[in-house]
Amino acid sequence: MSTEFSNETLKKDSSNSGLQIVKESEEDRLMTLSVGPQHPGSGHFRFTVKVDGDYIVHCDPDPGYVHRGEEKMCEYRNFIQNIPHLERPVIHDSNNITYSYSLAVEELTNIQVPRRGQFIRAIASELNRQVYTLYWLAIYGIFLGHSTMFMWPTGDRELFIDLLEMLTGARVTHAFNIPGGVRNDMPVGFSEKCLRNISYFEKRLVEYENIFYNNPLMRQRTEGVGLLTKEDAIKLGVTGSVLRASNTPYDIRKAEPYDVYNEIDFKVQYMKSSDCFARAYVPLLDMRESCYIMRQLLDKIPQSGEVRAKLQPNPKGPAGEAYRRVESGRGALGYYIISDGTPKPYRVKISVGSFRNMLALPHLLVGAKLADMPSIYWALNYWPVEADR
Amino acid sequence: MSNKGNHNVNDPKANSSTKIEPSGAQIGIKQDDALVLENLIVNKLVSKFGDKIKIAYTKPLRIKVEVDRSDIIEVASFIKESLLFDHAESVAGTDYPKGNYIEVVYHLGSYTVDELGAHVLALATRTGREDSSLPSLVNIYKSVEYHERETFEMLGVYFEGHPRNDRFLLPEDWADIPPMRKEFRIKGR
Repeated sequence: MSTEFSNETLKKDSSNSGLQIVKESEEDRLMTLSVGPQHPGSGHFRFTVKVDGDYIVHCDPDPGYVHRGEEKMCEYRNFIQNIPHLERPVIHDSNNITYSYSLAVEELTNIQVPRRGQFIRAIASELNRQVYTLYWLAIYGIFLGHSTMFMWPTGDRELFIDLLEMLTGARVTHAFNIPGGVRNDMPVGFSEKCLRNISYFEKRLVEYENIFYNNPLMRQRTEGVGLLTKEDAIKLGVTGSVLRASNTPYDIRKAEPYDVYNEIDFKVQYMKSSDCFARAYVPLLDMRESCYIMRQLLDKIPQSGEVRAKLQPNPKGPAGEAYRRVESGRGALGYYIISDGTPKPYRVKISVGSFRNMLALPHLLVGAKLADMPSIYWALNYWPVEADR
Repeated sequence: MSNKGNHNVNDPKANSSTKIEPSGAQIGIKQDDALVLENLIVNKLVSKFGDKIKIAYTKPLRIKVEVDRSDIIEVASFIKESLLFDHAESVAGTDYPKGNYIEVVYHLGSYTVDELGAHVLALATRTGREDSSLPSLVNIYKSVEYHERETFEMLGVYFEGHPRNDRFLLPEDWADIPPMRKEFRIKGR
């Protein structure tokens, strides 16, 4: 914590012979606080706020603490070698961050994904969405001082991590999506275990609601706090649950269905109240809808068939560019890839939801109370590592 | 699925799937066969600006428009006000040392028009590699603010009219050339 109080006042006093009251200037009243990157909840992200008493009058995000130059690294590796490092920005949503990458590379190199592969991709993507959202929810719980809400989602997250381990062989960083499909087929008994875990999890969601979302303390700290109107949400270009909490039903899975999502029946979950409660509640609705989507995927998946297209070594296509996006746990996740006809991409630009949602942080914090800062900040569904890339 | 269950949300309509009010009718569009909507957007742009713009490609759901830096404000305003692409998803700068230029691409999307939800309009412009500068679109699209700032530090393109052409993601003591320039090489590679 640093203060911006200067010694100006004291010096003026001592230079004068008599006692003199020096009126403090407007700037002297403000105190600058640095939040993060060591703040337990902020993640690897720092922002400074200026407070006037209890109220925040200025906010300046300072990301980049975990910037690794993912986009630059892509230019040195071929399309396949890029997959493992591209999932590092969001290790617990790794299937979604490699999903849109695979879609873009498939468009550039003109690869068709086998139908069974498309279904397995969608299943892995939904499972990973649950893992990410539960992790986010656990931290939101502890941000609001609700330890039970930290323990429960962290524990229930294992349900989906176990499933992903069964499917991909790894617990968090899967590198499962590749251009042309997925690395391997579903193991025997996966569907049954998946359905069992989903049924259990759906019961747990009701308990989450009872213990956390209907908790008067949680409600007081989130309802009516950090209002982001629909007009502002669109103007700031926010995405994902933040956008849907501001009365805008927009989901890439519905707006621009990729792979098998146009065959799946689901509703875009959104709310009208536009406050922190809505931003905290929309992910819960998403998780519930995701269970429903997974049931359909497991029901409709072809019982046999290839899961990936045969790839040439170092696949390449004609020179060109592609922009593809998927709905990740944090909203639209787009890849803009320019190829110059070689096996290595000429330029890769990752458009991530966290970076886009960051613009709403100063917008919401200015005028808010300092005590509301945690609930506003984490409700933005912001993942610092992803924003830094 | 207990989606319509008795959870205690403050807004009972929260879960309904009713569409939002503005529709494609506002700009006279209707989603039909492949490329109909794309061609309609292209025609609107071409009839308005003529030779000032160049259509780089028209693919399903994707259009790329190239404009000169002197026209970008005018074209971007038209895209926002008349074509209703209301936000920017990404701003990508690419360095082309062979052609001695830097291309900056704005990927624009629409939340307000359902029919445009799947579409992305790429608005591209170019600047030279020395004294690179472009007019900022921050007054038209507020959502480009951080993206343009990132482009400034990664490629060294100065955005005129942007409130803060400043360091963003790089370390505070960064003293090298902008890293997304092609002459910047990762050590050992």
